[in-house]
Amino acid sequence: MIKLGKQTYQLEKDISVVTGLSLVGQKEGDGPLKRYFDFVEKDDKMGEKTFEKGERHMFVKAISSAIKKSGFSNEQIDLYVGGDLMNQLVSSNYTAEELEIPFLGLYNACATMTESLIIGSTFLETGGLNNVICATGSHFSTAERQYRYPLEFGNQRQSYAQWTVTGVGASVLSSVKKSKVKIRKFTVGKVTDFGICDIANMGAAMAPAAMETLNAFFKDTNTTQKDYDLIATGDLGKLGSDIFKDLMQEKGYDLETNYIDCGHMIYNIDQDTLQGGSGAGCSAVVLNSYILNKLNTGEFKNVLLISTGALMSTTVNQQGDSIPCIAHLVLLEVE
Amino acid sequence: MLSALLMYLKVIFVGGSICMIAQLIVIRTKITPARILVIFLMVGAILGGFGLYNYVVEWAGAGATIPILGFGNSLANGAITAAKTDGLFGALSGGLIAASAGIAVSIGLSYLISFFVNSKTKKD
Amino acid sequence: MNKYARNERYVAYVENKSPKAGWFESLFHAFLMGAAICCLGQMFSDIIRSFYPMMDLLTVGAWINIIVISLTIIMTALGVFDRLAKYGGAGTFIPISGFANSIASCAIEYKKEGLVFGIGSKMFFVAGPVLVNGVAYSLVVGIVYYIISLF
Repeated sequence: MIKLGKQTYQLEKDISVVTGLSLVGQKEGDGPLKRYFDFVEKDDKMGEKTFEKGERHMFVKAISSAIKKSGFSNEQIDLYVGGDLMNQLVSSNYTAEELEIPFLGLYNACATMTESLIIGSTFLETGGLNNVICATGSHFSTAERQYRYPLEFGNQRQSYAQWTVTGVGASVLSSVKKSKVKIRKFTVGKVTDFGICDIANMGAAMAPAAMETLNAFFKDTNTTQKDYDLIATGDLGKLGSDIFKDLMQEKGYDLETNYIDCGHMIYNIDQDTLQGGSGAGCSAVVLNSYILNKLNTGEFKNVLLISTGALMSTTVNQQGDSIPCIAHLVLLEVE
Repeated sequence: MLSALLMYLKVIFVGGSICMIAQLIVIRTKITPARILVIFLMVGAILGGFGLYNYVVEWAGAGATIPILGFGNSLANGAITAAKTDGLFGALSGGLIAASAGIAVSIGLSYLISFFVNSKTKKD
Repeated sequence: MNKYARNERYVAYVENKSPKAGWFESLFHAFLMGAAICCLGQMFSDIIRSFYPMMDLLTVGAWINIIVISLTIIMTALGVFDRLAKYGGAGTFIPISGFANSIASCAIEYKKEGLVFGIGSKMFFVAGPVLVNGVAYSLVVGIVYYIISLF
């Protein structure tokens, strides 16, 4: 592994993304990306008694299907890295228990997908292990229960609020099995806090973190936005991505035609999600459906994925602290 | 007939206006709904403490008692009325006694329905 | 640039950039919903008083509160109240219906955690502030009134 500049690393081995699998809820399945998803679940409890058990079930289904799709067996997967939004990562922990794969639990809120790709590919780079599965997800109802209000509680959302994506995305990485899509470089983000305290306005809180990371990547690699077919942020939503574009413009990078935001594109405007999707599952399912699909068909040659995470805690937020945010970047390339 | 119609107009005016003021605060400031509820409750209790809110209740009926201001008012009123008859003990117990029926029904009925109903995911 | 100045500038910029809810529309919805709930209350009060003309105003007030609370809880159980609240905003949470909905929704939501730690301790997760503050103010009013009445 070669260190480029301050925060960016280049992988020397060929680390392939063998398969990606996405499992989403009905609302996401009704959105514009529906034909890219592998599974659309009508029942977001998955036939279980509680939403938490349903989320767990989604993880198990997504991960075992991803392993099957990649042609491996559970025994051939050396490591499972990933996380979710629940306290103590309950969904991932119980999933790891069921799958019996060695497990590293990660928490970077909605940036966990790129974080797990970074950890997974770094492990593969060191050698000694061959296949890693990275999976993250989130669930609207469990997140609502944990971070906000009961589901039947009547309140109006702020016009700048976002909607937590119900879904799990899983990618199988391998250093032995070859595929078209490779992970080439990544940038580890710094925690960034620009003083936003409003937990409904996560897009605005996370936009500076995305800006810092992308800016660092461009500086470290001496490239600009023109060198990439697609630049995708994780879950800034409409407002957040507008702010992000403004911030990048200030730094001298003009993001227009090749920029998308996963949160903004996952729902239709008439689905009433206000600024769009958010959550750990958001960039995970878009990466493992739309982006991988376009890379495999050759429509894109290289893609920058910047998952953004708002590392908020309701406890310290109520004590008046602002929201620290982080963003990690991964460069995916087709040979 | 006309007086009944007039009464409903007053109810609409007072009840609607109170809610509209709260909504204005919600959309113009960062104050959360829970805080606004508490602020309105406090305003009701203060107005009730000075005996002013009862005039509004007399004028606008349910338009004044249904909003949370009316809840604050009845708490304050209850404390004052009980203090008149039972002294210090009344001052301590009066508020809760006045609000007790509403609170008890809320708790009891919620408890009951929770045995039969599960929460459903929001569609939008 | 120092962090404090940077953050202040950014927060002001975000404030400016964030979309504002449609003013007229949302105020109108709140007015409509609030007025409708209060009218419903007034209607019940008229019905009660036509049967019991001697009932005093306070008791009638308590009864209509009970009726509105019960209706709200039933609508919460049927899963329709959150739709109304999405439309009405402050028009549904400022009337006593908001208080009832917050208790009922917590009871339904947290029953999975059991009778003691679920329903028992989390029922007032949202409504708690109202009850705690309400009781505290009534104590202050009662005691102040009592002290004044001593002289």
